[in-house]
Amino acid sequence: MKPAPFKYIAASSLDHALSLKAEYGEEARFLAGGQSLMPAMNFRLAQPSVLIDVNPLEECAGIVIADNGEIRVGALTRYRDLERHADFLQACPLFADALPHIAHPQIRNRGTIGGNLSHADPASELPALAVGMQARLRLKSASGEREVAASEFFLGLLTTDLQVDEMLVEIVFPSQKPGTGTCFMEIARRRGDFALAGVAVTVTLDDNLRCTEVRLALCGVGETPVDASEAASLLIGQACTGEAIDAVAAAVGETIEPSGNVHASPDYQRHIAFVLTQRALAMAHQRVGHGA
Amino acid sequence: MEPDLHDIEFSVNGTTYRRSVESRILLSDFLRHELRLAGTHVGCEHGVCGACTILLDDAPIRSCLMLAVQANGHDLSTVEGLAQGDQLHPVQQAMHDHHGLQCGYCTPGILMTMTAYLKENASPSEQEVREALSGSLCRCTGYQNIVDAMMAAAEAMRGSTP
Repeated sequence: MKPAPFKYIAASSLDHALSLKAEYGEEARFLAGGQSLMPAMNFRLAQPSVLIDVNPLEECAGIVIADNGEIRVGALTRYRDLERHADFLQACPLFADALPHIAHPQIRNRGTIGGNLSHADPASELPALAVGMQARLRLKSASGEREVAASEFFLGLLTTDLQVDEMLVEIVFPSQKPGTGTCFMEIARRRGDFALAGVAVTVTLDDNLRCTEVRLALCGVGETPVDASEAASLLIGQACTGEAIDAVAAAVGETIEPSGNVHASPDYQRHIAFVLTQRALAMAHQRVGHGA
Repeated sequence: MEPDLHDIEFSVNGTTYRRSVESRILLSDFLRHELRLAGTHVGCEHGVCGACTILLDDAPIRSCLMLAVQANGHDLSTVEGLAQGDQLHPVQQAMHDHHGLQCGYCTPGILMTMTAYLKENASPSEQEVREALSGSLCRCTGYQNIVDAMMAAAEAMRGSTP
């Protein structure tokens, strides 16, 4: 239970970190909060020969709410800083629901949003939030920069669109439309455990309380976060009655194909996703206009 | 492969140290084996059990999920820094009074977690205390005595620092 030997380099700037990654390629890993990479290294599931520590890069941390309402979050921003940023939580209320579910306070003091998304654990909350909130991810390398939609970023189990020389440097969340309510819920066996299933819902209503837009993403029920917005689109044009919500939950349950794990069978996961969809939709609907 | 050595400077409980460390040494092992501060316990070595929790710049973290070399330039606090001579910290005293430990393996991590927590939230509800304790596994006590100890410690600390 000790990491295999490696060469450690503390990056002195983002350019330095990116040029090191360009130089060492697959052999090298970025070390951010280390809350997933370090356990993997302790188990020797990961044995990078070079570790590029990006923790010194203060330029990559922080939250900016732009004039156009867009929320820009530096990849190195820690869960703890998200949790304590009142303006951010108001602008991105799904995070207020989801952050307390991420492991424990000691882990949240170190773990970063960029590290989480780059690790791409499908049971983790934030990839589902990024997909559900239509976040855009800014990726940078020594030779350039590009932006990719969260929906295109997660390719498979622990696999992303990040190229070997790229680093995720910023996450951009669009501002929430007026008349929108959100809710994230999950069920785990114990506090802080990975979710058996989790659901992130965003519902927008018009002045007649009919649904104009609905986004629904799940964690824990596939090899990537699952975007079930299409199944949920049954709700568009309708009032959020119990009947309409039940129909959406049934459609979502049919869309997903959970594989089951030691804690839950596929059927049980599907059942949880169904119930959470009902509850989260009802709560999101209730929160419309309450600023919560 | 030659050991990958780095010179670092950091403080533990107010004492400054300068050391040369190999990059692969975990902070938890470094504290115990190099600095001989064996009060920090090592349980699971993958961030689940909480026994190795220490403070990094006053915030509780898992010392098994950090490399010693990353401590460079930071201030660490460990359980050895809590008591003032024979005078136990109020959280330690409350754990003693309420039988909040049996084997004591998880205790250093709980003490570091809760001393930091009670500084932030001086009047926690029982539910908040349970939430704050959720990152520490204890297989002896069933947690109830620890919760009682923390409620008593919070009260004692409010009394001493109005």
